Amino acid sequence: MDQFTINLLFVGASFALYIGIAIWARAGSTSEFYAAGRGVHPVTNGMATAADWMSAASFISMAGLIAFTGYDNSSFLMGWTGGYVLLALLLAPYLRKFGKFTVSEFIGDRFYSQTARLVAVVCLIVASTTYVIGQMTGVGVAFGRFLEVSNTTGLLIGACVVFAYAVFGGMKGVTYTQVAQYVVLIMAYTIPAIFISLQLTGNPIPALGLFGDHVASGMPLLEKLDQIVAELGFNEYTAHHADTLNMVLFTLSLMIGTAGLPHVIMRFFTVPKVSDARWSAGWALVFIALLYLTAPAVGAMARLNITEMMWPNGTQGEAVSVEAIDTEARYDWMATWQKTGLLDWEDKNGDGKIQYYNDKNAEMQAKAAEKGWTGNELTKFNRDILVLANPEIANLPSWVIGLVAAGGLAAALSTAAGLLLAISSAVSHDLIKGSLNPNISEKKELLSARIAMGVAIAVATYLGLNPPGFAAQTVALAFGLAAASIFPALMMGIFSTRINNHGAVAGMLAGLTITLIYIFLHKGWFFVSGTNSFTDADPLLGTIKSTSFGAIGAMINFIVAYIVSGMTKATPQEIVDLVHSVRVPRGAGSAQDH
Amino acid sequence: MSDNSSNNAYWAANVRIILISLVIWAVVSFGFGILLRPMLSGIAVGGTDLGFWFAQQGSILVFLALIFNYAWRMNKLDREHGVDEE
Repeated sequence: MDQFTINLLFVGASFALYIGIAIWARAGSTSEFYAAGRGVHPVTNGMATAADWMSAASFISMAGLIAFTGYDNSSFLMGWTGGYVLLALLLAPYLRKFGKFTVSEFIGDRFYSQTARLVAVVCLIVASTTYVIGQMTGVGVAFGRFLEVSNTTGLLIGACVVFAYAVFGGMKGVTYTQVAQYVVLIMAYTIPAIFISLQLTGNPIPALGLFGDHVASGMPLLEKLDQIVAELGFNEYTAHHADTLNMVLFTLSLMIGTAGLPHVIMRFFTVPKVSDARWSAGWALVFIALLYLTAPAVGAMARLNITEMMWPNGTQGEAVSVEAIDTEARYDWMATWQKTGLLDWEDKNGDGKIQYYNDKNAEMQAKAAEKGWTGNELTKFNRDILVLANPEIANLPSWVIGLVAAGGLAAALSTAAGLLLAISSAVSHDLIKGSLNPNISEKKELLSARIAMGVAIAVATYLGLNPPGFAAQTVALAFGLAAASIFPALMMGIFSTRINNHGAVAGMLAGLTITLIYIFLHKGWFFVSGTNSFTDADPLLGTIKSTSFGAIGAMINFIVAYIVSGMTKATPQEIVDLVHSVRVPRGAGSAQDH
Repeated sequence: MSDNSSNNAYWAANVRIILISLVIWAVVSFGFGILLRPMLSGIAVGGTDLGFWFAQQGSILVFLALIFNYAWRMNKLDREHGVDEE
């Protein structure tokens, strides 16, 4: 059986499993549709949250970004896990006590203002749409590879599948489907990592293998990696090269953004008790950590494998020959990925070999001149392909490759569909029914939800064809937007009785607008490429990249809200009482629907 | 709000636990993982230094410990102050 058929088999079987579970779980619980999480154990809820949360960015993109940058991209690891501490300590238990279902409802009630609710809806739509663009980038990569078509065709097919998946709908609310998706996703991520860790270090636990010894050379793995990448003129893997201020702000933006993303927060509204909301956040992070502790090992080991593959005789020997790439089985993956347009090489100096090195490095330029090289010949290596190509690079059995295909699609589809549902319910429920036209019929509400979903996916697909960055980078922008707008409003709503309606609205608007403008100035207006005035290589403000601006946006939000609240009328007594009641668990009823 | 003074003490205790937890949260990630890494460079861990380990593994493990510790202590505090869910 060829690889293509095996991939289809694994992807097909995993989809059949999700649909089967959805049908089985649905039958008994239609009436409790909205309370999918209630009566579910915190461990199960944590697992479902982890599936909801870990998307194409975590699964497909992140390890590739770490692999090619090394230590400097540790921000993704700390940022996307550290946010759960903020969520567990500052938001989850109180929002559960409040007992409604959506983030914008909490903001509307706490700040006793329809305007605040609408502004929250706008923030939610902007952040979620940006997030979907990142997911679509990942979906394009995954479908392009497994259907063996170009990235663009893959993205268009993927968009249709996501749309169908999201419209099929209610399935998303069924916790057990997400549990199954988590199991597929985590196996797909860890099994190849275990194989590769065993090959390279003899240690079956990748997180330990990362700090173990490289069997072939007897040196510590990271030391070996530092050595060979430095010999090719690249930055040492474990060294700190990035600008420190930018790295701190980027990490902080990802952390605050994690705690401000509506589709994650929503999961804590429906656990049975306040005390369970606290445990749930911890269990969610346990399941997320299984992937996040493995990711840095995947990145480092893949970088080592790829470099050794391009330099089979060592970095001081001869580079891999074009003939070997064309004929040897262990280089087959390069031809398959070349079809997607995301990987390419070119024998620029016509010596029949492909030299992979950093042609921007002065020392290497001197060496290249001496050896007759005319530039790096591995001309294209899209970071987003690394995790999916990894099992092929390491020459793992074909069933492992099929499993990774299923896992990547599970991660991208579950999150993309979840976000589309969040966007469509925000438009139809909070925006249209909640304010524009309260008397809208149920049928029309459903229709507007579908239209909103269609528009969102069309926009995301269009921008996904020309993405503002690799999947994880685009998703990082979404986190910046959530950090600047939603998190500060929620936190102030719980921890301060002083912040009033005007303060919250002004804060959210200031945080969102300024962050959005800063991102558009660097990534193009509405992410249309070519319309940007600055680049992240040379940002507007010192060294602060657009992906790191969310933390500053959040600070602006806090300051504006504080100043405006100080100048306007104090919060009424009944709202102060509401805040005090949210702070104590006693009296938490079951979650209410509107 | 039957007993305001008890609730105030409860909230103050909660805020204290949160503050201590957040200090640890910041020290392991922004501190050991990024800003203080040069100071920890003398401590070798498998081919690199302790700061690298905190940035890619250690901080995540500490985050887990922080959340479970918070859940356990708060659920106990709820009972001590009589504000737990019946």
